[in-house]
Amino acid sequence: MKIIYTDVLVIGGGLAGLRVAIGAKRRGHDAIILSLVPPKRSHSAAAQGGMQASLANVIKGQGDNEDVHFEDTIRGSDWGADQRVVRMFVNTAPKAVRELAAWGVPWSRVQRGDRQVIMNGQKVTLTERHEAHGLVAQRDFGGTKKWRTCYVSDGTGHAMLFAVSDRAIAEQIPVHERMEAIALIHEGARCYGAVVRNLISGELCAYVAKATTIATGGAGRLYRVTTNAVICEGIGTAIALETGIATLGNMEAVQFHPTGIFPAGILVTEGCRGDGGLLKDVDGHRFMPDYEPEKKELASRDVVSRRMETHIRKGKGVPSRFGEHLWLDITQLGRAHIEKNLREVKEICESFLGINPVEKMIAVRPAQHYTMGGVRTNHTGESPTLKGLFAAGEAACWDMHGFNRLGGNSVAETVVAGMIVGDFVADFCDRPDNEVRIPTGLVRELIAAEQAKLDRLVSGNGTEDASALRVAMQEIMTAKVGIFRTGAELSAAVSELQALLERSRHIGLRHKAAGANPELATAYRTQKMLKLALCIAYGAEQRTESRGAHFREDFPRRDDAQWLKRTLATWKSESDPLPTLAYQPLDVKAMELPPGWRGYGAKDYVDHPDTPGRAAEVAALRERMAEAPRFDVQQALMPYDHQLPATLRGRNERIDEPFQ
Amino acid sequence: MIIPIHPVKSSFAAESPGGAASARRLKIRVMRYDPHRPDVAPHLQTYEIDDAAGMTLFIALTEIREKLDPSLQFDFVCRAGICGSCAILINGRPALACRMLTQNLGDEFTLAPLPFFELIGDLSVNTGKWLRGMSERLQTWVHQQQDNPDLTRLEARMEPELAEQIYELERCVECGCCVAACGTARMREDFAGAVGLNKIARFRLDPRDTRTDADFYDVVGDDDGVFGCMSLLGCHDVCPKQLPLATQIAFVRRKMVAMGWR
Repeated sequence: MKIIYTDVLVIGGGLAGLRVAIGAKRRGHDAIILSLVPPKRSHSAAAQGGMQASLANVIKGQGDNEDVHFEDTIRGSDWGADQRVVRMFVNTAPKAVRELAAWGVPWSRVQRGDRQVIMNGQKVTLTERHEAHGLVAQRDFGGTKKWRTCYVSDGTGHAMLFAVSDRAIAEQIPVHERMEAIALIHEGARCYGAVVRNLISGELCAYVAKATTIATGGAGRLYRVTTNAVICEGIGTAIALETGIATLGNMEAVQFHPTGIFPAGILVTEGCRGDGGLLKDVDGHRFMPDYEPEKKELASRDVVSRRMETHIRKGKGVPSRFGEHLWLDITQLGRAHIEKNLREVKEICESFLGINPVEKMIAVRPAQHYTMGGVRTNHTGESPTLKGLFAAGEAACWDMHGFNRLGGNSVAETVVAGMIVGDFVADFCDRPDNEVRIPTGLVRELIAAEQAKLDRLVSGNGTEDASALRVAMQEIMTAKVGIFRTGAELSAAVSELQALLERSRHIGLRHKAAGANPELATAYRTQKMLKLALCIAYGAEQRTESRGAHFREDFPRRDDAQWLKRTLATWKSESDPLPTLAYQPLDVKAMELPPGWRGYGAKDYVDHPDTPGRAAEVAALRERMAEAPRFDVQQALMPYDHQLPATLRGRNERIDEPFQ
Repeated sequence: MIIPIHPVKSSFAAESPGGAASARRLKIRVMRYDPHRPDVAPHLQTYEIDDAAGMTLFIALTEIREKLDPSLQFDFVCRAGICGSCAILINGRPALACRMLTQNLGDEFTLAPLPFFELIGDLSVNTGKWLRGMSERLQTWVHQQQDNPDLTRLEARMEPELAEQIYELERCVECGCCVAACGTARMREDFAGAVGLNKIARFRLDPRDTRTDADFYDVVGDDDGVFGCMSLLGCHDVCPKQLPLATQIAFVRRKMVAMGWR
């Protein structure tokens, strides 16, 4: 049995994993990245629209800064986010854009002078400043006060992924492709790497490391209708859960994107609406202003998705033989704009719908899109319960998204968390007490145990069909754990998923071969995915309130008094029928922005008992410091700078905030 | 190895319109070979499934694996035409399988793995391994003057049109179609291919890259580089992103010839 030793093992070759590895390598630690696919094929490439960073270069972004980005993100999260982590994030995002600019990302740039844009269905002329010419441009996205989304046409994630992946090649970081971590190696509460399956040969081996980082992205494939790539099965998150020690945070927080093309679920970017695209119903009526007079199509994703589904329930959906949908209309943006700034959207419409969006409307309906929950970490990216295990990006619950993520904040999180967590991983490896101390005998036992599980699947006497179980799970998740949730449906979903989990212990393969055997991969992944599905469904059943993307029709109000807390799920023993849930309260008294109305969506919520007190405190301090620089006010309200790695502290220069 | 073929009732509403009234029966011939089982010779295997409106080869192959033959190997990731994972030969021509609608194919068609790349099994080939090697040989990254720019300061400016021109070449998804369609690649395993030469054109255009034509000549100024190209332009014809490969290769060649004469 092969054992490979390294300082840092990174599981996942998308943007977050690559950037963590680069950070660790630059600090002198060897890193190996494991990836299911060549890293440039990762799902990061699918982030079309852009990355939020408050550069404030375009005229509609003027006045933007970390404070505005912070407030937008907290409101978007419905106050579920860790506010200090959000501060770390918004302060690092401009640095991340600038780093990527230096690494070669061809960010779209500001052109000085007049340009025509579509806003709120109207043609408007914007005049870009002379002094902004040639700086990185921003576009509008949902849930933001300012135009903040930096972009590369509509291939932002692709351009970022290629630049960072090429950077990793330049820094000679090995990527072991087509390798899948199927179990974490841990001794008690200390993680030492992973047992890994070679997807070409089928062989198992072990990677033993001082620090292990999970950066495997989201778990969209738990759902039948999702924008996610087929590799987004949440296996990295699941192997953390299977340790019984690491915790998963807020798994019930699942985002549905308003504009999955119907019925395939392939994403068309929020940039369509940011650039002036409208949502229309069966009558050709633009319905969003009826529900959201202020933000209209550009309220946060959870709100827009719910409004769309409500509108369909009112009988305003467009009937088709596959069910009902709505229209996304970008025809008014014009051919030139679409062919330049929304090219991927055009290609997708042509390839999968057979229409040209310059001329025809796009059939859309909300589809599962983003996993806000994930491996719970503290602000350094390390699991608070399993030492040496880190997580970054969508796989993590670092917790900058709370219960709803803003568009453009996920691809931003990948690189920002990569920069921050990469540095903390290096710190961890620097400490002499963090050497690898696991006996090789134990590693061999763990490999053997995993091999035995696979052998049972291949040659045991199970009869259940893994593909059928998976499809059943996906149908349950989409039908009963979707945009609108009720106690009765969730309870049914939990029992049905439990039955599937039990059946998944008796999977048998039709194709008995060892080696690559894709059916074997489906089998063990389905077993793991069912546990994640139960974390989501059970967490959603228990959370008797509505917050962000988690919406309970039987409990439509956000209830800060009972539920201003993070769900933590563990799977204590392999034979457990359900995850064990615990809750971690969020401290209102430490919040820079105490809970309130988001500025869109329902205005109906129950206050936390500490909220009025903290709100008064914050208001008084703001009044007392009315003349002080914004940085001093922020520092007085909620200091966070000490939590950032020293190299990433410091202000961000802007045209309107020049450095001396 | 003979896999029994049963009629399949479509039930894949999530990924496709599915269950359509279409009566068309598709006969899909797939090239099968598992290098781990050299005893079974490469052969074509035929699968029959019902066509459906909006069905892509992603949906068709997924259905075959779920219902008919769990051993069939192929690669899909994004299934939306943006990641470049699923390039195969469709009736002999390299293309992205996820974007191919069955309605654009006949009742019978043949799928085979991309040539040139190391075969993993059936339709799956190891593009990643070759592309990493190409990237290392051609050094496909921005070579900067300073490794640690001050990230707190305003970013360096770039003309908007130049950023667009760079993005135009940056749209390559490294799917491997161009190399699979390349005559030179058949003869030279280390040939940079259109994918590599396009990257050289991209970095040459980028003012952030400090390399000169002399540096580029070092990596593509030979028969494994731009002088290996026979201008057959199969690459240009099959590129799923419709990159201007013919122009770019000609341009790089001209610059490298000028360099070589110096």
